[in-house]
Amino acid sequence: MKHVTEYRSGRVAAGLAERIAALVEPGRTYKLMEVCGGHTHAIYRHGLEDLLPAEIELVHGPGCPVCVIPMGRQDDAIAIAERREVIFTTFGDMLRVPSSRGSLLEAKARGADVRMVYSPLDALRIARENPDREIVFFAIGFETTAPSTAITLLRARAEGIGNFSMFCNHVVVVPALRAILESPDLALDGFVGPGHVSTIIGTRPYEFIAREHGKPVVVSGFEPLDILQSIHMLMAQLADRRCEVENQYQRVVREEGNPVALRVIAETMELRETFEWRGLGFIPQSAMKLRPEFEQFDAEICYPLAGARVADPKACQCGEVLKGVIRPWECKVFGTACTPERPIGTCMVSSEGACAAYYNYGRLGRRSGRVAAESS
Amino acid sequence: MDERERDVLERIEARRRRSAHRLLDANITLAHGAGGRSTQALVEALFLPELTNDLLSPLSDSALIELDSGAGRLAFSTDSYVVRPLRFPGGDIAELAVNGTINDLAVSGARPLCLSAAFILEEGLPTAELARFAASLGAAAAAAGVPIATGDTKVVERGKADGLYICTSGVGVVGAGLELSPAAISSGDRVLLSGTIGDHGMAVLVARGELELEGAIESDTAPLHELVAGLLATTDGVRCMRDPTRGGLATTLNELARSAGLSIVLDEGALPVRPAVAGACEILGIDPLYVANEGKLVAIVAPEATDAALAAMRAHRFGRDAAVIGEVRSEPPGMVVLETSFGGTRVVDMLAGDPLPRIC
Repeated sequence: MKHVTEYRSGRVAAGLAERIAALVEPGRTYKLMEVCGGHTHAIYRHGLEDLLPAEIELVHGPGCPVCVIPMGRQDDAIAIAERREVIFTTFGDMLRVPSSRGSLLEAKARGADVRMVYSPLDALRIARENPDREIVFFAIGFETTAPSTAITLLRARAEGIGNFSMFCNHVVVVPALRAILESPDLALDGFVGPGHVSTIIGTRPYEFIAREHGKPVVVSGFEPLDILQSIHMLMAQLADRRCEVENQYQRVVREEGNPVALRVIAETMELRETFEWRGLGFIPQSAMKLRPEFEQFDAEICYPLAGARVADPKACQCGEVLKGVIRPWECKVFGTACTPERPIGTCMVSSEGACAAYYNYGRLGRRSGRVAAESS
Repeated sequence: MDERERDVLERIEARRRRSAHRLLDANITLAHGAGGRSTQALVEALFLPELTNDLLSPLSDSALIELDSGAGRLAFSTDSYVVRPLRFPGGDIAELAVNGTINDLAVSGARPLCLSAAFILEEGLPTAELARFAASLGAAAAAAGVPIATGDTKVVERGKADGLYICTSGVGVVGAGLELSPAAISSGDRVLLSGTIGDHGMAVLVARGELELEGAIESDTAPLHELVAGLLATTDGVRCMRDPTRGGLATTLNELARSAGLSIVLDEGALPVRPAVAGACEILGIDPLYVANEGKLVAIVAPEATDAALAAMRAHRFGRDAAVIGEVRSEPPGMVVLETSFGGTRVVDMLAGDPLPRIC
């Protein structure tokens, strides 16, 4: 844990915070988007906004894989899970995501065999141990989790496992960023770039943001000092009128990414023509499906699915939250009808969702100050 | 923060402070058993309206029954144990069943007198296995000096129980004049914790073998009645005690903050967490504040009694890592907040659902 505590030093943070404040130009405000839900979570968990000057607003982006899965896909997942022969395996975050027919947790309570796993390889093990059942894995995530899905597929094929399939919902980050940059209702000054995704895809895919849209990007790690340093790097670029893709997370992220991981993804998956993102609508070439060679492992082919587009509940404003157009507390149902116990929208489910992070950690409001200082 | 945001937050707080009137779930889910907000809603909205009475309604760890003689009060508590796997590093289900009920009595200020133990056995359970649990039950009761005074066994069909479940109840005596309750808590009081958090929950999670994580994490299951007796003998500054089990320290402190109508402010740097537990939690994206403990005591004590109380805890072998982890303030009422080592402040809410691992 020494390695972790090094990145959480309050003393270093205070110094960085001062340097960030010194870069604020008089009369100017800054909107910086952290793309990744992991960053959103860390920002709230460590109370990072308390260290920033009032002129800097952090806008929470769409990089939470749970949050962007549309209702229709969750309905399809539940339909698969409710088949008698199926053991439906999923990451824990998806269990509480609402669909038009309740959550997977509720389907489980009604009798569906839904099991939480920590890796798709665990799902494959369940398949080996239960040859008389059909095991389906709910594959979700950005490029970060796609390599483990790919490796599991390759292993399933190599071992000739016949009772295993994937319900593939992998999405890719760049088209979503493009959609946000082209969205007229948002004015951003820069991006804290995703860290884990970039370990796979590298930093080059973000160059269009600097080149075509004139916004700086700093790919960031997930410890609070990483994020604070990235904000400092963005502010320095803005102060110098520079606009580049910089890499704060050099201890992990390479410019070219991870070629081995990219190769296994390409071997097993290909881009879909289009895919619906919750709140962002249909985005061309923004998600992956299994290649035809892996059709026997493709749950979308193995099972009849409605594949219907299901509208979000009217009250839900996850879309605006995901695009950063409104802040979580500005949603009409935030914290009242929609809570982590009874979420209406996906942003309230995942710990990486902006609403859940704000509800669970941030409800004190920004710059409430150190509570100790106030009351003592 | 602007006015609108403040209004929204105030509305949410007002709502959170109210008890649950209706249980909205159509079926019972595992979240109702996780000890957090769903469990609270189940108890408050479904059970309490049907059962309400003066003994139950405080919803404390033990019911306290006035004795006619004026010789103090009888404490009565019950709990059931359904852990999987049945045996884990640091303990097993039988030891848990003894210690858990002793602790519910102890944190009510009671000296435990005796326990009952009811076994629900699954058809097919190896007799030798059961014999080992019986021995463990006996050993734990003997170690604690609290006898099993009565018991029961039932057998259900194969597949209807995870090997075995155990229910224990216990009675104890609270000395005359000892008044422990959240109502006694006041602003300025200190929050003391008897040792590291998250050991039990992570030990069980790792023992399930589903994570391919290995680590020397042992459950902290332990009877706390002697530690409590030592504490109460040292100082009369103890306002209230709890044992943070399911739902973790965060949930227990939220219950206290809500009952007392006060705020509890924690110092992240002061929270004792074993490095192996902190590491496993970090990997799984779980906050140790929400992970179960089975041998820890939280005591809210008057500020002037802090040093004596801390010394008394540390004098006992189950309290060696005791620490002052925070203090009670008046604002924001009903909430637990944490001052992070990083220099920020955040809310620590009750557990919602089960702690789930992050996916990326």
